[in-house]
Amino acid sequence: MEKENCESLLASLSDYVDGVAQEELCREIERHLAECENCRVVVDTLKKTISLYHAVSETALPAEVRERLFMRLNLEDFLHL
Amino acid sequence: MTETNTNQALSLQALQAGDRAEFAHMVDLYSTQIYRLALKMLGDPQEAEDVLQTTFLKAWQSIGSFEGRSSLSTWLYRIAVNEALMSVRRQKPTVPVVLEYESDEDEVERPAQLTDWCCLPEEELLSAEAKRHLDLAITRLPERLRVVFLLRDVEGLSIKETAEALNLTETAVKTRLLRARLNLREQLSAYYGERLKEEQS
Repeated sequence: MEKENCESLLASLSDYVDGVAQEELCREIERHLAECENCRVVVDTLKKTISLYHAVSETALPAEVRERLFMRLNLEDFLHL
Repeated sequence: MTETNTNQALSLQALQAGDRAEFAHMVDLYSTQIYRLALKMLGDPQEAEDVLQTTFLKAWQSIGSFEGRSSLSTWLYRIAVNEALMSVRRQKPTVPVVLEYESDEDEVERPAQLTDWCCLPEEELLSAEAKRHLDLAITRLPERLRVVFLLRDVEGLSIKETAEALNLTETAVKTRLLRARLNLREQLSAYYGERLKEEQS
């Protein structure tokens, strides 16, 4: 494991997990991941972290919160449209 | 995202002419996302509702001066973020906000937690307790990182839109996003690492 490679991976990590890293860089990263277990774990758990937040991001607006919002904005006429 | 479609459905001209029906339409299109942002930013339903109401009150008052340089959605996010940050300051006025002045050029902290917890079953990863922990982890992020993470990774804005909503450069957004993601990864690794140990024992 070469420390330098781990450091440079860290810098391009977001681009890599978002799939916007340049092809050449991707290949370099994947070569490094194949031989560096620690970095592989960091990449996998980072991807998982982001996907878990995607999975729980569904928050509905409670009906009573919407109702109070419309009242506050004097939009009660449009509440049931 | 349905940004383009929703924008087409709204008439900016009608909004700026003070058309209340059109404004009600805009409120219904965007109130869920503004509420979600405020709730995750503040961790408190009452505070989030206040931010939601103030955001749309301010939007109604200032829609006339909206120039369309960003999308309506980004503009609303910008108002909401400012309101939420003011609310945070009111909540803890005595806490020094040292982290606000931390340089974006600082080196990113090296990952410390190296447990691979990806293999945990879905029901463990997304249990009610785990979900509470996910929310808690967000509230533990410094505000400047929290808001970037929420806009980009929870609300799904692009780097460019996030930069517009926060008045930051795209480079600053990217740096903060990486820090936020790594910080959350550390927190989740500590939590799920424990679950993994329980599972294996």
